[in-house]
Amino acid sequence: MIFGVSIYEILTVSTIIFFIGIYGFVTRKNLIAMLMSVELILNAGALNFVVINKYLFPDALGGVIFSLFIIAVAAAETALALAIIINLYRLIMSLKTDDLETMKF
Amino acid sequence: MERIIFYIISVLMITFAVMAVSNRNLMRSIIYLLFVLLGTAAIYFMIEFYFLGAVQLTVYAGGIIVLYVNSVMLVEKINNPLPEVNSKRRLLAGIISTAGAALTITAILSYNFVHIAESKATETNIDKVGKALLNYGDKGYILPFEVISILLLAAMAGAIAIAKTNKLKKNNESK
Repeated sequence: MIFGVSIYEILTVSTIIFFIGIYGFVTRKNLIAMLMSVELILNAGALNFVVINKYLFPDALGGVIFSLFIIAVAAAETALALAIIINLYRLIMSLKTDDLETMKF
Repeated sequence: MERIIFYIISVLMITFAVMAVSNRNLMRSIIYLLFVLLGTAAIYFMIEFYFLGAVQLTVYAGGIIVLYVNSVMLVEKINNPLPEVNSKRRLLAGIISTAGAALTITAILSYNFVHIAESKATETNIDKVGKALLNYGDKGYILPFEVISILLLAAMAGAIAIAKTNKLKKNNESK
């Protein structure tokens, strides 16, 4: 628990970062940039889990372990998505979402 | 003192997050994302979850950012800026995200969280986290732990298989 900082302030910060991620996800048209916005969203979610665990249930461990799993799933998701993106770039030489029209190559 | 440090970190995190989603140079926005992730790790350290902060630093700030930098260098010319987003789309996204943030923040501020007194808060160390992860009794997390290990293995194999598809296809055609 951070001395002098209440749960409201940390939750406000994580909410703002979450919605900045949403803004980026809607405006960006490049696949890698969209994936980065998803990373921001996941990060804000993990921060929320940890903060609620620390401030409201200090004896439990659920939030910490859930954030560990979020980080692991994010790593797996990023590796797979970047593999798909690199493969896609070799086939159509573009990363714009408007150029992706078919699912099977 | 902690309060001032927390405010500095959060202002930096929000600024870098805005720069990460709005900069048109992809490599720069990845570095701004790195600063946001470092700020999150700093908050984890400040609320005394040292193990989680270390994992955040090594996996997120270390591994994932390097993965992004590598793939951007493979697919994009570094000095090529991304095309400009049209202002209508930007306005729409701004309205959606501002409205959502306002709604969520009012909901959070109006809810009365029951604070636990400072003295009752116990320290969480690596010891406890490790025992909880490998405990198969009550409040144990061994099943998700095993599932995540299978998931990581499958993701590794899948990433290799997907990234090499083109080469395999060419080899088959030449045979």
